[in-house]
Amino acid sequence: MKEYAIEVNHVSMLFHLNKERVDNAKEYFVRLLTRRLTFTEFWALKDVSFKIEKGDRVGVLGFNGAGKSTLLKTIAGVLKPTTGSVRVSGVIAPLLELGAGFDPNYSGAENIYLYGATMGFSRKFIDEKFDEIVEFSELEEFMDAPLKSYSSGMRSRLGFAIATAVQPDVLILDEVLSVGDAAFRAKSEQRVLDMMTEGVTVLFVSHSTESVKRICNKAIILTKGQLVAEGEVNEICEIYTEMINGR
Amino acid sequence: MSAITKHKDNFLKYRYLLKELVIKNIKLQYRNSVLGMFWTFLQPLLTMVVLAVVFSNLFGKNSSQVVNYPVYLLSGRLLYEFFTQSTKRAMRSIRANSSIIKKVYVPKYIYPLSVVISTFVTFLISLSVLAIVILFFNILKKNPVPVTYNVFYAIIPIIIMFVFSLGVGMFLGTLNVFFKDIENFYDVFTLLLFYLTPIVYTVDRLGFPKGSWQALMLKANPLYGMIEMFRAAVIHGDKFMAYFSMNQLYYTSAVAIVTLVFGFIVFYKNQDKFILHI
Repeated sequence: MKEYAIEVNHVSMLFHLNKERVDNAKEYFVRLLTRRLTFTEFWALKDVSFKIEKGDRVGVLGFNGAGKSTLLKTIAGVLKPTTGSVRVSGVIAPLLELGAGFDPNYSGAENIYLYGATMGFSRKFIDEKFDEIVEFSELEEFMDAPLKSYSSGMRSRLGFAIATAVQPDVLILDEVLSVGDAAFRAKSEQRVLDMMTEGVTVLFVSHSTESVKRICNKAIILTKGQLVAEGEVNEICEIYTEMINGR
Repeated sequence: MSAITKHKDNFLKYRYLLKELVIKNIKLQYRNSVLGMFWTFLQPLLTMVVLAVVFSNLFGKNSSQVVNYPVYLLSGRLLYEFFTQSTKRAMRSIRANSSIIKKVYVPKYIYPLSVVISTFVTFLISLSVLAIVILFFNILKKNPVPVTYNVFYAIIPIIIMFVFSLGVGMFLGTLNVFFKDIENFYDVFTLLLFYLTPIVYTVDRLGFPKGSWQALMLKANPLYGMIEMFRAAVIHGDKFMAYFSMNQLYYTSAVAIVTLVFGFIVFYKNQDKFILHI
């Protein structure tokens, strides 16, 4: 039996799109009484199923609004699917929004511990990795400054350094990494490539067939929330190119 | 794997986050303020002085129930302040951390739980103000407060208060995700609660006959029982058993536990929908 890193079983995700957003009690009750509490239903994902074997690098292709981000969020555990289930084995590192767990009033050093804890790492574990993280992020002299004084590039550098301090089993990448300047980008790409040679499973979202071919060995295509094709990367990229041309 | 061990494992994994968040809340509260931690003492002390000056003639004729009016005031207000602060912060906690909840998986109850714990820690520190004020009056020998070992019974109402606040906080935190104006309602509610709770007055001085609906209503307020038990331990150390009511203990513990269970269920049933609304 093959070992799967990610199993997505019949996942559907339903969103309620309110025409006007009701987020306070007064308006809610007024609308409830006048029966104007209407919304349209929108299936962001419709019965999506696929399995990813350990060590596979899978590209997720699709137009805007095809449900790529929703799919990634259900796999990362942020969204719970309306029906169906997702099973991920091992440590998952979503390099989606680097630095989402940061506090602007905390210093860089304090944020390393906070962000680490957000990802479930102990203080002791971060202590061991601390120097490595600081060195990789190249922010030695800014460690005591509050994070709100950091530039966005510095923030994502720090976020990347923490998120990749541990070797994950599953790596989720959204578009090509665009962290910091050219030199840092090369360095971070190298780190991701190193992880791949270590046998990490990758889920890579992109519009560009070029970068998908470069990184992945398999690919899937999403259209309007449905999985329309899956298979070897070159084959799928060809289908996708045809889809773009025929649009 | 059963659901309970799954939740336990998950909690164990994120206990570091809970700890980091509690530390962060306390640290940031006082960072960049000139007086720092001193505010924890100054705020209750100043309010006590003002309230004592204004109301001492009205309610503060030092009866056997009050013993010492400033101490009576302060003991009630510290507990009230813990309740309102912790529940208000817990109410905002989910929205305040929306950017994280939207992007990374974290057990969401960590946020209300961490703010209630950090407010609890500052509350415990602020209790030293009460100790200092009691010491001050006892040294001056002006309306001295008879402190005995019974003071340790104060732990009981404090624990009940913690459980109750956490339950209310979980419930409000959930509600606030769906209805933002709950914050405005709750601000008004806590202001009213201040007057409905015997903090500046004693219930018998209000002159409601025993068993009247007003008297029953005042006693139905769970904060009443918690504050009275706290005062029995702190102020009436010499006549503790005469002031400590077992009925209040049963009533407030029952209310606190039911509130916590209710708050957790409401939170748990709705937490997957949070992300769609924040």
